[in-house]
Amino acid sequence: MGSIRVSNLGKAYKQYPTRWARLGEWFSPSGKPRHQLKWVLKDINFTVEPGEAVGIIGINGAGKSTLLKMITGTTQPTTGSVNITGRVAALLELGMGFHPDFTGRQNVYMAGQLLGMGAEEITALMPGIEAFAEIGDYMDQPVRVYSSGMQMRVAFSVATARRPDVLIVDEALSVGDAYFQHKSFDRIREFRKQGTTLLLVSHDKQAIQSICDRAILLDGGRVAKQGDPEAIMDYYNALIAQKENSMVQQTVLDSGKVQTISGTGEAEIESVAVLNDKGMPVEVVNVGERITLKIGARVHAHIPELVLGYLIKDRLGQSIYGTNTHLLGSPVKHARPGERVEYAFSFPANLGAGSYAITLALHAAPSHLLANYVWKDRAVLFEVVNIDRQHFEGVAWLPPEWESKRG
Amino acid sequence: MLGMLRQLWRYRGFVTGSVKREFQVKYRSSMLGGAWAVINPLAMIVVYTVIFSQVMRTRLPGIDSAFAYSIYLCAGMLTWGLFAEIVGRSQTVFLENANLLKKISFPRLCLPVIVVTGAVLNFAIVFGLFTIFLIITGNFPGIAFLAIMPVLLIEILFAVGLGIALGVLNVFFRDVGQFFGIFLQFWFWLTPIVYPASIVPESFRSFLNLNPMSPLIGAYQQIFVNQQWPQWSSLAPVAALGLLLCGFSVNLFRKRAGEMADEL
Repeated sequence: MGSIRVSNLGKAYKQYPTRWARLGEWFSPSGKPRHQLKWVLKDINFTVEPGEAVGIIGINGAGKSTLLKMITGTTQPTTGSVNITGRVAALLELGMGFHPDFTGRQNVYMAGQLLGMGAEEITALMPGIEAFAEIGDYMDQPVRVYSSGMQMRVAFSVATARRPDVLIVDEALSVGDAYFQHKSFDRIREFRKQGTTLLLVSHDKQAIQSICDRAILLDGGRVAKQGDPEAIMDYYNALIAQKENSMVQQTVLDSGKVQTISGTGEAEIESVAVLNDKGMPVEVVNVGERITLKIGARVHAHIPELVLGYLIKDRLGQSIYGTNTHLLGSPVKHARPGERVEYAFSFPANLGAGSYAITLALHAAPSHLLANYVWKDRAVLFEVVNIDRQHFEGVAWLPPEWESKRG
Repeated sequence: MLGMLRQLWRYRGFVTGSVKREFQVKYRSSMLGGAWAVINPLAMIVVYTVIFSQVMRTRLPGIDSAFAYSIYLCAGMLTWGLFAEIVGRSQTVFLENANLLKKISFPRLCLPVIVVTGAVLNFAIVFGLFTIFLIITGNFPGIAFLAIMPVLLIEILFAVGLGIALGVLNVFFRDVGQFFGIFLQFWFWLTPIVYPASIVPESFRSFLNLNPMSPLIGAYQQIFVNQQWPQWSSLAPVAALGLLLCGFSVNLFRKRAGEMADEL
């Protein structure tokens, strides 16, 4: 139950030079087409297996929404087909079709009926919907007095009142307050555990990486890449930073993880190492041990302001700590071609046990989005082990000074 | 086709709910509420009956009854109202619900069904009042009254066929809506509703027969004014035309539904 198969899917919008041209095409006996096709999606092929969670990412205009619309059936494909098994719930435009003059409760009925439910069924689900939305007495007030967050809550609660076999979620979820976002994500996770297939569109890296088994990157209306969410997210980030004359390259490391290197190449990273306090390269670090990240960079062109940034990520790809020399206040000014720059960052490894990777980037100005000379994912890896501290949970080591008082 | 009907049946809750909400929206913020649903048509009937029979003393040629012209007028006006409401609202229904059509997946044919159901309900109210008036004034047509059911059915069939076709075309060519608004007014006056067909000069009478609405309206007038069964044979062409239009519309709709969502 609950699979999605998209084969050869393509969508083109017809563009007519004038309105008369359409009329001519409809009624001319020759049936000669007088429109041009504007392709927004082409050759999309992928399958989402039952119980799988797949994330779709891509820059604005990559065709994500059009793809979702075709999967949910509001837009018809020009070529190819979408096969969905099981009952589908789509969280695309939450609160669509809510009538401002009716109460939340009446709108719940309307929204439920739009999903093809009967009145008795909605009545039976109503207590659960009310409890999940948590808007109290507002349920019996007209929707026009609701805040947008409250509307969202009601809409989400109706759309997910029954566990669907396939759940399709658009970025819509990022509205609402932090509390409800957590709550709705918990519900989605709960559905997943019970076997719901999930298709998620988001720009939110954390969301994609924490829920999805696989990610699909759309670029220019085509599937640019699909695979492990972390690798795809890295590729996506590199793609955003990509400028002309730039390259993006991914290689599989010994660990099985994918390394992404991209950039325009005006500067490169020659050496990276993690050293202990005796200056020896290490791969295993004790919790709290002082370590030094040593980086050697080579400059190939005149660069007015060269910034080096590093980002420590845990094994799930979540960012733990990142900074750059611009933020730290001393970027290298007026770097000359052929010059070598050595960096050393010393800090205590106040991290929980586990494996960590460091991403490096050489760029101009505060962010790598402006000019990205080189971006190197997983430039160096190290393992943190807990040798002599009390056992603790999590990725950060935040030892407390504590006391307890009795009586 | 069967699949379409099954889908519609599954969404019957949405259809009935929408019709109910339409009525609620109309009378929501008024103090008398649903009473207006009766007061409005009641006023209309009072105007047609009291003003024409008592104040203007209009008489129908050949029939010497105070209420004959009023009944003649009501028989035509009320049923024309049903036709105009179905066609008029069907032709804008897709445009008005553009948001819903673009964002939510549901059987599209629900929308015209909602329009027809709403229009029929409105008609039922005003027609119920008219029937009460007939009974009170002793003009109830008796057994011939039953004949209005098949006539109504043919009228609705014709209206739905025409309405959906115009509705789909209107999405692509907005001129259709503008044009039809004007056309509908001419059509009303070219149909013997306010005036009897007998005052039309002989030479134009054949043109009148080309109008598919004149046999329909004529049938109602026959039932209510003359209290006789309508001439069924005169209705056959309209019934055929209605069926043809419905087939054409459903076909057009199926062919263009996808493009329609892109155009909205």
